[in-house]
Amino acid sequence: MVAVLAIMALVILFSQPSAPSPATELVVLVPSADGHTGAVVVEHGGKRTVLDQPYAANRIGRESGSARLTEGQVRSTFGPTAAAIPARPAAFLLYFVMGSDELTEESKGELARMLEELRRRPAPDILVIGHTDRVGSEEDNDRLSLQRAERVRANFVAQGIAAERIRAAGRGEREPVVQTADGVDEPRNRRVEINVR
Amino acid sequence: MRWLVTLAALAFAATCYANDVGQIKNLRGTVHVERDGQKLAAATGMSVRQSDVLVTGADGSVGVTFLDNSLLSIGPGSALAIDRYSFDSTTHDGQFDASLKRGTLAVVSGRMVKRSPEAMRVHTPSSIMGVRGTEFFVKVTEPGR
Repeated sequence: MVAVLAIMALVILFSQPSAPSPATELVVLVPSADGHTGAVVVEHGGKRTVLDQPYAANRIGRESGSARLTEGQVRSTFGPTAAAIPARPAAFLLYFVMGSDELTEESKGELARMLEELRRRPAPDILVIGHTDRVGSEEDNDRLSLQRAERVRANFVAQGIAAERIRAAGRGEREPVVQTADGVDEPRNRRVEINVR
Repeated sequence: MRWLVTLAALAFAATCYANDVGQIKNLRGTVHVERDGQKLAAATGMSVRQSDVLVTGADGSVGVTFLDNSLLSIGPGSALAIDRYSFDSTTHDGQFDASLKRGTLAVVSGRMVKRSPEAMRVHTPSSIMGVRGTEFFVKVTEPGR
């Protein structure tokens, strides 16, 4: 009799998985590209769980609770998902010869490296912002800053980046990297910022 | 000439439609966007709007960059709804609610979370995740699968 009951209990136990199982959920925190690990607060059934350690995970479902996954487990579960994360937004600086829209020799090399990076992105959004130092009048610098940005934009277009994906703007001498008195020749302020995402 | 300028301005306005909150940057396999009851084939460079639902087939994956530089991607067999998105590019204040209905999601938080932690929330069928930064994955397996 006891044996029959035990067998019945076993049958019931093992028949459980064929019934619709509840939704299962998994959350796992990973270190970011710069190596820093942030935090996620998981709220479930009135309870808050903070994940703030690398590979800390929270499961909800048949086996609920905290867990620590390995890098390999994350890769095998989320590989194709991770591969689809868009390229990280990036920023670059190029510098110019005084009073002109001609890049410095060093920045010409940097421009070539940057183009490689831009070409890796299938649908880039590029914002080019030109700046000047404080030599010359404000009006001249507004014009020169835009001229610098447009020159870089034209260069990208000539290298095959779609024109409609690039916007150019000039900020004149308003946003120096290095604060100076008016009329000071400061190479670090003669620049364009390139933001791509 | 004047109407040409107007046309150009309209074309520009159309490409920068105010409801656009993100853009598809990566795409593989079968992916579509459910918008206003329609099922649109997704493409790289396509804009994403509030209330869109991104759906991938068994061979699909898609990655989206949002206005505040938040990055989201989903893997095969997934459905993700962009419930709410707002972002002020001057103050970096905003709110982002997205729901993973099924499948897998990767999140890299952006500027609004840097400005105010938990401004971004990811919903699953049974939980809510407040995002303090920066990278995490979520998987939802539907009942009976």
